[in-house]
Amino acid sequence: MLSRVADSLYWMSRYLERAEHTARLIAVGLNLMLDQTPQSVGPRWERLLAALRAYPPPSGSGDAYAIARMLTFDTANDGSIVSCIASARENARQVREQISSEMWEQLNRLYLKVKGSSIDQIWQGEPLEFYQEVKEGAHLFQGVTDATMTHGEGWQFIQVGRYLERAGATASLIDQHFRPFLEAPSDAPVALDYIDWVGLLRCCTAFEAYCKVYTADIQPECVAEFLLLNGDGPRSVRFAADHIQRAMQAISHATGTRSAGRAERLAGRLRAAMDYGQVDEIIAENMHAYLESIQRQCGAIHGAIYQAYVSYPVDTALTS
Amino acid sequence: MPNERSATDIGRPPFASYQLDAAYDEMFTPLGQVREHYRTLYDRLREMGASELLQRQRYADASFLNQGITFTVYGEDAGTERIFPYDLLPRIITAAEWAIVERGLAQRITALNHFLHDIYHDGKIFRDGVVPRELIYTCQHYRREMRNVNVPRNAYITVVGTDLVRLPDGSFAVLEDNLRVPSGVSYMLTNRSVMKRAFPRLFANYGVRPIDDYGKALLTTLRALAPEHRSDPTIVLLTPGVYNSAYFEHTFLARIMGIELVEGRDLLVHDNIVYMRTTAGLRRVDVIYRRLDDDFIDPLAFRPDSILGVPGLLNAYRSGNVAMANAVGTGIADDKAVYAYVPAIIRYYLGEEPALQNIETYLCDKADDRAYVLEHLDDLVVKAVGESGGYGMLIGPHSTREQRDTFRDLIIANPRNYIAQPTLSLSRAPCFVDEQVEPRHIDLRPYILNGDQVTIVPGGLTRVALRRGSLVVNSSQGGGSKDTWVLFE
Repeated sequence: MLSRVADSLYWMSRYLERAEHTARLIAVGLNLMLDQTPQSVGPRWERLLAALRAYPPPSGSGDAYAIARMLTFDTANDGSIVSCIASARENARQVREQISSEMWEQLNRLYLKVKGSSIDQIWQGEPLEFYQEVKEGAHLFQGVTDATMTHGEGWQFIQVGRYLERAGATASLIDQHFRPFLEAPSDAPVALDYIDWVGLLRCCTAFEAYCKVYTADIQPECVAEFLLLNGDGPRSVRFAADHIQRAMQAISHATGTRSAGRAERLAGRLRAAMDYGQVDEIIAENMHAYLESIQRQCGAIHGAIYQAYVSYPVDTALTS
Repeated sequence: MPNERSATDIGRPPFASYQLDAAYDEMFTPLGQVREHYRTLYDRLREMGASELLQRQRYADASFLNQGITFTVYGEDAGTERIFPYDLLPRIITAAEWAIVERGLAQRITALNHFLHDIYHDGKIFRDGVVPRELIYTCQHYRREMRNVNVPRNAYITVVGTDLVRLPDGSFAVLEDNLRVPSGVSYMLTNRSVMKRAFPRLFANYGVRPIDDYGKALLTTLRALAPEHRSDPTIVLLTPGVYNSAYFEHTFLARIMGIELVEGRDLLVHDNIVYMRTTAGLRRVDVIYRRLDDDFIDPLAFRPDSILGVPGLLNAYRSGNVAMANAVGTGIADDKAVYAYVPAIIRYYLGEEPALQNIETYLCDKADDRAYVLEHLDDLVVKAVGESGGYGMLIGPHSTREQRDTFRDLIIANPRNYIAQPTLSLSRAPCFVDEQVEPRHIDLRPYILNGDQVTIVPGGLTRVALRRGSLVVNSSQGGGSKDTWVLFE
């Protein structure tokens, strides 16, 4: 497979995952506003912005309209939903003959939907419906991909893109929620509302699944354990690490003799850390550092993939 | 054979508004009788009537849309995609007619190939005074980098699309040769597959020669160019990318041949060897079917601002480590002033008379011709020698005074750059337009392959000027196309 094609498939998938993640966070944020108090609204949006690595709009972190506009429709913001979907589509367009027509059509439909909407239009109507459509569009694309594309090397690059993005995004989200809770001095604990923990779980579409495992008694340690270490929840870091490693193995198998040792080793190490991690130890030691390390490892895996498959130096490839 | 039912076959639906004029009509004799090889189609059309035709036309259009068979229009928003308009009714060529076309095309490509070899090597044809040296050296597409370079199999031209027109006397003539990167062959193939679905029974009974093996023939031709010691050569199609107007065709051809579709950035040259960058490492490339003009293929050799090409490609090519189709520098023979010399070129290299005639051409560089052209601008078609696609031309009878004055100034300022030809009356074929069958002007672009041997797929792209009375068939100028049937007998 051409390196350029692998690169485009990887980013197509990553951008779409990012768009879906952003849509879900905004939807949860808007939903929480229904139960807001003047004290809670600012910090909630601040956490959300920090989780997405975005800065508050000039009008401040209490301005939901400005935040939604910036994160959804601002084409100058590379992380906005419209920018991500446009980038995903552009990557798909570059490799249109490598993906199935159904995939292209679905992505194109989603693009046209978002491109044809505006903040004022959705704000006057039901904004949640719009975000629901974006999420469904992305889920449909994933389903169409799995159902219509050969599960070969290209599909594996799509998997790697999606789960690397997801692992990093989930780690960042957990970090932003737990920081105020963990950093507060022990004599003056910061109590996040019950509703904020529900919000965090909802951001990972994990509330119902959590209740099945731990009941509706929401304990921060259990939330952390569930979102980090549960191997069955599709948005947990462990689930993502598992899929990253599997895809890396499949890719290195498909590309034959080439040594992609570093990428595979890094993926295996992340997975092992998640497989054998203990939540009480993680919290006791330094959860913030732990979550940052997960994000750093995702970055390192990305770098190693590029080194091995996409932008490898010519002289190393000649001698191998 | 005279028709016993009535003196004329036109005038009844769906041919109610069909009118003949001085142009050769593909379906009807000047007396309005159906030509024998169109008889079955004619009867079928009379049976079906406009409503069924309309239904099938819609079916065909939907088929193109769903398959994403589109081209990009330049000068509009980046990435504007359109369907290439398709006319439902086939254009039919008899075996006898095709035999002449085939012989003429094979002769022409063979002679032009000798010519290209000669002008880049010994230049015998200059010394013998058949073609003036200055004419070639002033060609925009002359590449001095190719002097004394030996190309694989001496095949300079691998893929040609030659534009033929039919004159009022019914004979075919060559309008122009396209020796650089001729496009349209994907439409030839998709027109056929849509036609088979739209008229399955008619098609099955007509005895049409198949064209479906084009992909295999092209692959075989390209493979013949590979360096001899490479037993399992890697062949790639080099595209300028998704914004190119013919991108659909590039993906289509790569798919039917089962070869990799690459962009310039996928390739690199190391020690004069071309590699493509794959996830499994660098893979050596042996043959490049490039759909990119000379100017863009190598920023080190040609346009330095090109980001579509591959730095160092020309040197790898000159070293014989990679083959390219078509060779660099073949554009000379596309020059419309060189075109005028092709009959002489055929006689010079092959010692034969051309089987296909040329259109009479005035070279504005010659004083007598120029004087004649300037006096007859309103009768002639004036063309810039290096342009294609219907751009940069003046159609005298349809022009305004201002346009003629502009061209007069252009010709005087740079006579080498212009030629003129009489305004041709292209033949007309029945087309389904506005729920009627009406005649429209057409041409024919067959595709000729030249590797180990010359292969001509029986058929080609028949382009149609869909606007009433229009003579311009280019897709960029409102033209469409139709399926072309060459009969077994």
